Amino acid sequence: MFLHGARNETLWPLMGPPTVWALHFAAVYGWAAVACAKATPDDSMFLAARWGIGALTVVALAMIAYAGYRAWQIWGFGRFDPPHAAGTETDRRRFLGFATLLLAGLSAVSVIFVGLPALFIAECTW
Amino acid sequence: MGSSIGKRRLARRAAAVFPAVLATGCTGPQSALDPAGREAETVAHLFWVMTIGGAVIWVAVLALAVYAGGLKRQPVSEAFAFRLIVWCGAAIPTVILAALLVYGLYLMPELRPWTREAAAEPGLKGHVTGEQFWWRVRYDLPEGAVESANEILVPVGRPVHLTLTSPDVIHSFWVPALAGKMDLIPGRTNRITFTATKPGVYRGVCAEFCGESHALMALTVRAVEPEEHARLIAAEARPAAVTAGAGLDLFIAKGCAACHTIRGTPAAGTVGPDLTHVGSRPTLAAATLPNDQAARERFLRHPDAVKPGIRMPAYDMLPPAEIETLARFLGDLT
Ligand code: HEC
Ligand SMILES: [Cu+2]
Repeated sequence: MFLHGARNETLWPLMGPPTVWALHFAAVYGWAAVACAKATPDDSMFLAARWGIGALTVVALAMIAYAGYRAWQIWGFGRFDPPHAAGTETDRRRFLGFATLLLAGLSAVSVIFVGLPALFIAECTW
Repeated sequence: MGSSIGKRRLARRAAAVFPAVLATGCTGPQSALDPAGREAETVAHLFWVMTIGGAVIWVAVLALAVYAGGLKRQPVSEAFAFRLIVWCGAAIPTVILAALLVYGLYLMPELRPWTREAAAEPGLKGHVTGEQFWWRVRYDLPEGAVESANEILVPVGRPVHLTLTSPDVIHSFWVPALAGKMDLIPGRTNRITFTATKPGVYRGVCAEFCGESHALMALTVRAVEPEEHARLIAAEARPAAVTAGAGLDLFIAKGCAACHTIRGTPAAGTVGPDLTHVGSRPTLAAATLPNDQAARERFLRHPDAVKPGIRMPAYDMLPPAEIETLARFLGDLT
């Protein structure tokens, strides 16, 4: 999904970072809900969820960073200015790279925001 | 001409009155902007940070719009436009949102019942049940549980820890001057912790629509110094002041005892509020009426006219003399 085709440009890589964001979001919400529903007095479930959410966040950020780096490369590391609007294969690839890079930035910020509560919330009300 | 002067005078008068209305609207026994508790102070602080921050951003955006639309006639360079979008459209909003998120999360343990030390070492523990359309209150004292209703006595400077639930529909417990809101949900037990910092009488409301008389489901929270609190709670724990006489006989004969408890008498109903010390409460029927003889008589005759949908039958068929006796008896239950 993260790999831009060697020759034929495809839309799939564009969806990589937002997909990671969506999966991370669903996993974090699900894990926190289950941990709170099954909360035990010693809080081990919740503690596991906090560390788990932390780990998921790191993994998601790493995937987005990789996708972002690949996109940056495809775009040409900023050597060419947008809007890449010509009907050529080069411009199409640069446009996709640039758009993917922007989406990677947005997805990274969102993943951080979604994971952040695990850092602060120390307990669930059962 | 005349009308324009009139209008101007009206505008001037409005300008003079408006701040006064605003100012009085923000103080008093039921205002989140006039905090008398630790949690409410946090909420008020958050409110001012958001309001002032929002106002600053609003003014800045408007100023920019005026500058771009009216003052600067030539287009800006493309590089400038790009920097404007990157900084004002992406970077700064992201930083502001991140800061607000961290600030909000940091406040949460303060606002919500997760504060463990408060839960472990409360100055008062209690249980509040929201019922259509009143509050059942139970103090969980070391000596045992004490039932009351529609009024909560709390000690100043000590954390109060309440568990909240409901037997019928969702209600919400909100005493703006003391703390944030917490829902009372059937089948669930929620918790709220708050600490009053100033002695006083505060008004709380049900903040989740619960039926016809939702807006008439209020309560009083009286915050007093801890010694005074111990005295008031001891009084609350005692049986009723009047345990015999014509009033009580009527109370039992007319069936009130099926729904109401008066400790120290055979009346032991649990459908409605505990009336053991109803005469000592400042208000009647969940802070809907003043607690005086006339209001008590009116309430007994037509509870449904006072509170539509109320779960207490009307007693307008009783002769006025009996209503008067009952109402006087209730007032004597101090
Ligand atoms: C069917 C049950 C029922 C009966 C019978 C009944 N009540 Fe009530 N009563 C209630 C309920 C429920 C409330 C709470 C109403 C509300 O505020 O929503 C209430 C409220 C009250 C209150 C206000 C309590 C407070 O904390 O402010 C008084 C006083 C009262 N009843 C007196 C009486 C008297 C006197 C009688 C007999 C003449 C009587 N009730 C009969 C159910 C009943
Ligand atoms: Cu309610």
